[in-house]
Formats: sequence, C-alpha cells, structure tokens
Amino acid sequence: MNNATTPIKAESRNLNFFYNGGMHALKNVNMPLYENKITALIGPSGCGKSTFLRCFNRMHDLYPGNKYQGEIVMHPDNTNILEHGVDPIEVRMRISMVFQKPNPFPKSIYENVAYGLRVRGESNKRMLDDKVEEALKGAAIWNEVKDRLQDLAFNLSGGQQQRLCIARALATDPEIMLFDEPTSALDPIATANIEELMSELKEKLTILVVTHNMQQAARVSDYTAYMYLGELMEYADTNTIFTRPSRKETEDYITGKFG
Amino acid sequence: MQEHIFKQYDAELEAVRSKVLEMGSLVEQQIQDALDALVGANPKLAKSVIKKDHQVNALEVQVDEDCSHIIARRQPTAGDLRMVLMMIKTITDLERIGDEAAKIARFAVKATEGDRLLTPRFVEIKAMANTAREMLHMSLDAFARSDATKMLEIARMDEEVDEQYQAAIRQLITFMLEDPRTISISLEVLFIAKAVERIGDHAKNLSEYVVYMVKGKDVRHISMEEKELEAMQP
Repeated sequence: MNNATTPIKAESRNLNFFYNGGMHALKNVNMPLYENKITALIGPSGCGKSTFLRCFNRMHDLYPGNKYQGEIVMHPDNTNILEHGVDPIEVRMRISMVFQKPNPFPKSIYENVAYGLRVRGESNKRMLDDKVEEALKGAAIWNEVKDRLQDLAFNLSGGQQQRLCIARALATDPEIMLFDEPTSALDPIATANIEELMSELKEKLTILVVTHNMQQAARVSDYTAYMYLGELMEYADTNTIFTRPSRKETEDYITGKFG
Repeated sequence: MQEHIFKQYDAELEAVRSKVLEMGSLVEQQIQDALDALVGANPKLAKSVIKKDHQVNALEVQVDEDCSHIIARRQPTAGDLRMVLMMIKTITDLERIGDEAAKIARFAVKATEGDRLLTPRFVEIKAMANTAREMLHMSLDAFARSDATKMLEIARMDEEVDEQYQAAIRQLITFMLEDPRTISISLEVLFIAKAVERIGDHAKNLSEYVVYMVKGKDVRHISMEEKELEAMQP
C-alpha cells in the first residue's frame, strides 16, 4: 500500500460546500481516492461525510441553492466533475452510488439492473442480457436470482436487494462506486456478504464508503479519513488510523472517548 | 486521560492495568527476596520465593484472560489497543522474571543446605543484580506513569549489566582455572549471574513496550543510536 506507486483515481481540491441557507458543510477538504482502493469516511453524525460523498455524484444538484466551491478532479482525464459544463448524468455513469437502505425500483430484477443502460440508450436485447448477467454476477447475486429475473425486486431479502442495487450500479461500468452506509440496514451475515463483495469490487474500481461502524471501516478499507464539523481532521492508511492516529481528536473518536 | 463514553470500558481497562502493576510489584519483591535469601543464606525465605511463584503465574493467566475479553467485547483501537497489546507482552516478561527469581531461590536453598555459602562469590554479581533490579523498578514505574522517556536510560543500564555479566564470567573462569575445587560453586554463581542478566533483558523489554503504548513506535531490536534518535522525538 504505497502512496508513491498507487495512482490517484480522483481527488477533492479545496472543496467547500454550502447548503441552501448558507450552512457551510464542507471546509477546504483536500483528499485523494487511490485507484482500486477502498477509502472509508468516518466521523460523528453531521460531520459532513455523507455531504462529501454526495459531491462525487453531484447529488446536491437535485436541490436548488446548494453551492460547491473547489474541485473534484477525476484522473486520468483531469475532469473537474463539479464544473458547470459537466453533465451530472455523465458523472453518475462514471461514479455510481449505493445507498443506506436498499432502494430497488418497483420493477423486475432484470429491469432494475437494465435501467441505467436503457437510460443510456441501450436497447439491444442481447447486449442488455449480457450486461445484466455480468452485473448480477459481479454483485454476487446471480446464482440466487438467475431463475427468476422477471420477479419483482421487492420480493428479495434485504441483503439481496442491496446486492441488486450494487448490480444496478455496476451495470454502467462505473470507475468509482460510492457507498453511503451500505450495511446499516442489514444483518451481520448480509453485512459480511456486502463487505466481501466490496473487496472483490475494488479489483475493478475505486470505492469510497461512508460508515458509522468503525469496525467496518477497519475491516474493509485501505485508507480512512476522519471528518469532524465539515473538516478533514486526519487521513491516513487504515492501519495507521486504527493503531496510532496522529491527532487526539481522531484517537478520542475511534476509541469511543468522543464527548 | 479522557474517559470513554462507555464507563464500564474504563473500569475494565483500569482493572487489568492494576493487575499488571500488582504482578509487577510481586515480581520485584520476589527478586529482592531471592537475592536476600542468597546473600543472607536464608533457606526459609528462599523457599517462600519458590512457593510464591505460582501467584505470579496465576496473575499472568488472569491478565491474559481479561485482555482477551476486552479484545473480544470492546474491539479496542489506537491507544487502548496498544495498551492491551503491551500488557499481554508485559506479563510474559514479568512471568519470566518471576521464573528467574525462583531459579535464584533454588540455588540459595541448595547452597545453604549443602553448607556451601555463596556469599564470598556473590560480591561479583551484586552490582549487576542491583542494576537489574533498578531497571525493573524504573520500567514498572514508567508503565504506571505512561512515561516513554525512561527507555534510553534503561537500555544503557542493560548494556552495563551485560558488561558486568561478561566480567563475572571472566572472573569465574579465573577462579576455576586457579582451583578446580571451586568449579561447582563457580558454575552455580554463573547460573545466578545469567539469571540476573536475563532479568535485565526482560526489564529492558518492558520499557520498550511502554514506548509502544505511549507513542505507537516499535523500538525493539534497534541500535543504540536509533534509540537515542527516537528518545528525542516527542
């Protein structure tokens, strides 16, 4: 895990974010996402970690009055995804997101996964079939659903629904995947399946995950960032953060002394 | 130190820490008594040292168990994790020091029962025994105060003990060459000197664990020069 040799997939540069109403939610955040690595964001509620994650997907554009300052640059093409000319739909093809609660569409399993491709204009049945299968395999759910692709997605269990959402996110071949508390609604077995899946997925893409579960951050991530009150307090490889963090604030938070 | 949100966690960590310190002071007393028994030709005291060794062992088992419970139930991180890890190592060294004390006590019993007073020979190792004891005391004190600054001084004292051990060997060889009748007693003194030298090594280890606990730096197996550099770091 050497910084010098691992390429950076994306990075935020002096990123500030203001919610409609003026709340300054992110303060000068500079942070890299290393390619094919999992970066975890930890911090108390309201520290800005989800806000930060959502910037990568231009999620904040959905509400008027929100304001970004600074850049999020994707490599190797050096695209600043926050720039006005950049289409959020394009950004979301390259950077997809999985949410806290599984949120399948009220459609069949097949159509859930094919959705992003259809939005993109893909209509070739053969092509769609292949892509859907590939994505469901990539999300480790193919064997469980291959015989009932036309079933309603809601009939799946919570853990299966979450993996279906991952398959849906995978179908557009994203370069980065964002996970916002992906397992907080799941039981320990389903959680372990998702964590295992994340470590498989990082072979192909780069992952940024927000989690309230510190043990999860410790288990799955290569790098960990601790945020507090909109600031990036400490960023380091996960082993360092969990054995000898350099800031007292980080130490207090991860040891449960946060008062 | 700031408290955990979960107060019970503080209580658990503190309870183990106290047990380690209790084990430390018991071991210190064991060495003291073993050496006193040796010098004073006091087999009764020596036998009580041998008998008490099981208390040291029992504390080791208890602390190990407590630490494994904390790891399983609390998943300690950062400073807490380092403290738990260092305590697990610390008690291993303390238990070995306890064994060395019992070993010295057994020699004391043998010597006095065989009416072979070791005192005239013991003078050769008295200085190193004092240094080793002082090292142990300083290391335990550093642990109690979470003080990483004593490591360098203790490492230097260990070098001193090692030199004194080498000198004792040379001296004992001379005795043995001069008068072969002293061979058996000289060998016994040599074994005691070796036990004392090992106590110094263990005490040095303890002071290194304290540095790991306080600063998160591993200072084992590094040169004296590197230790000096490390000691200058905050």
